[in-house]
Amino acid sequence: MQVPDCRARSLLERWSDRLLVHTTMGLAGLTGLLLVWMVLVIAWQALPAMQQFGWRFLTSGGWQPVPGREHFGILPMLYGTLVSSLLALLVALPLGLGTAIFLSEDFLPLPLRTVMAFLVEVLAAIPSVVYGLWGMWVLIPLLQPLLGWLHRHWGWMPLFGTEPVGPGILPAALVLAVMILPILTLMAKDALAALPPELRQASLALGATRWWTVMRVLIPAAQSGIVGGVLLALGRALGETMAVTMLIGNANQFHWSLLAPANTIASLLANQFPEARGMQLSALMYAALVLLLLTLVVNLLAEVIINQLQATYQAGGKP
Amino acid sequence: MRLRQFGLVVCRMSFLALLLMMATVTTACDLGESVNLTGLGASLPAPLYQNWAVGLNQLHPHIRVNYQSQGSGAGIENFIRGNVDFAASDLAMRDEEMAQVPQGVLLLPMTAGSIVLAYHLPGVPEGLKLSREVYVGILSGQIRRWNDPHIVALNPGINLPDQGITVVHRADGSGTTAVLTRHLSAISPQWQENFGEGTTIQWPTTGNFVGAKGNEGVTARIQQIPGAIGYVEYSYARSNQLATAALENKAGNYVMATPESGAATLAAVALPENLRAFISDPEGKDAYPLVTYTWQLQYQHQPDARKAVALEMWIEYGLNAGQKVAAALGYIPLPQAVRKRIAQVADTLSDQYTITLQDD
Repeated sequence: MQVPDCRARSLLERWSDRLLVHTTMGLAGLTGLLLVWMVLVIAWQALPAMQQFGWRFLTSGGWQPVPGREHFGILPMLYGTLVSSLLALLVALPLGLGTAIFLSEDFLPLPLRTVMAFLVEVLAAIPSVVYGLWGMWVLIPLLQPLLGWLHRHWGWMPLFGTEPVGPGILPAALVLAVMILPILTLMAKDALAALPPELRQASLALGATRWWTVMRVLIPAAQSGIVGGVLLALGRALGETMAVTMLIGNANQFHWSLLAPANTIASLLANQFPEARGMQLSALMYAALVLLLLTLVVNLLAEVIINQLQATYQAGGKP
Repeated sequence: MRLRQFGLVVCRMSFLALLLMMATVTTACDLGESVNLTGLGASLPAPLYQNWAVGLNQLHPHIRVNYQSQGSGAGIENFIRGNVDFAASDLAMRDEEMAQVPQGVLLLPMTAGSIVLAYHLPGVPEGLKLSREVYVGILSGQIRRWNDPHIVALNPGINLPDQGITVVHRADGSGTTAVLTRHLSAISPQWQENFGEGTTIQWPTTGNFVGAKGNEGVTARIQQIPGAIGYVEYSYARSNQLATAALENKAGNYVMATPESGAATLAAVALPENLRAFISDPEGKDAYPLVTYTWQLQYQHQPDARKAVALEMWIEYGLNAGQKVAAALGYIPLPQAVRKRIAQVADTLSDQYTITLQDD
């Protein structure tokens, strides 16, 4: 057996190593700096609005940039953003998780499953303006009778309290659900597929049914990956602009109803930026900051939940 | 064999290279004389200005006009910063804005457009009569159903459905909204008090209100929602065959938006010395109430002499051939008197060229 040469690393090798460390450090730092810079610029521009409106910006409604009677409040947009995203998640989660389980089990031969997984990926490649158009010309007319039925029979509930006009939170949320489906499905599928095969074999060997194995062994084991996918999807839904602005109705008025036209922060920003001046611009920056913080909180939450779930699972605690 | 193919390829490539070289030489020659004018601003006259740019280029191949439709506000902003050769806006510049331009400002009302209330009601013909009270009531969310007694009383013989009214408005800041709300503020003190006027306003929180982006967005929404009514520039309503309402004017007559009724409005408005007139509630028995001039903003002292000449030719084209195109595209041709005054004012841009109006 030949022993490789034992020699000190040459100057060139040490230099190249050091170069690698410094370059990657610089690049990573630059990315971080970019985020800090963006936040600072937005916060700086938002300052006048923050001073003038303070917390009332979050708790009041109305977007009135008419000079002399300016008032800005984003409660309706905040409600629209949160409700449309959560509703989208509510719809996409069972769909995505079901698809992920199906794709990671051996119900179908592998080539067929690969094709199906590819189709899910293609959903992610569709531009959001196409989703918007599809929602506008196909989904909304299709939904109209159903929404009318909801209002007639469940109209006493504030959630369905307004007559549906077409665009609204519910159609926007349904299209959002389709848009976040690929992230959710693929992350859950990868998490399930990455589990050691021994887990499944052991569970089946103990006499567990397939149902039991999937529900009580595989999903809890993969939950950190699944939750990660869910929160990433939520982040995407919160920030989605184009499709939502085409479907939600862009009405800056507050209604509890899911059938009423509403607005989201991202959509407000996209619509109002080009012609905004002075205090309105500052108020838009304030709204952007709120959206940024919202997504930041969601991402932090994702980290915390994933860590905690991993800890409980590894400690053998009850999931 | 291979060698021969290779030879052929080389031959073709050198031919191509020769062609390319020739092309570069000719463009270089052109560049020596050609003038590029950059304009930016209002979306309302954009189709018209782009049409003029093509027409002018055919007439004078060395002048290239590039007009970008980015909104009136963006037009004024870039004009003040000096980023463009000219700008366009549906709202004439205010005095304090004009004071920020050291080169001085010429406001040229190059064309005018009507804003219509278009609706989507299957079975209801075009020309639904809406009185001033009624359309203020609809837009302020007080009249919420199509079979409201106020609307029915104005339109005997028309079967109005028992359907909710959905008002479609602009979600983005827009000169169109500003013109509409200025008119509403002028005719209704209540509107003035509750909503005011501006490029974006806070729409009522009662009733169904839906926002859409751009004239084209509002048009699409109206087509999509049964029971919808919304405001768009006349040419959009015409090219999409939307049913439009006949609005009550100051004289109490119900008038549809047509090139003639728009011209009647312009005839009733006297332009002051600076060519800046805000039409909020025009006089005249045939005048359509919702009409706006749309302005080109020019620097009074254009520093580049060659650009000044080209700009005069651009304005000349707009005043001559451009006015015929305007009518064809759904804009309102300028009255003779206004044309003459614009020609006079614009002639001061350069002393090396004189604008001549073709009369026919």
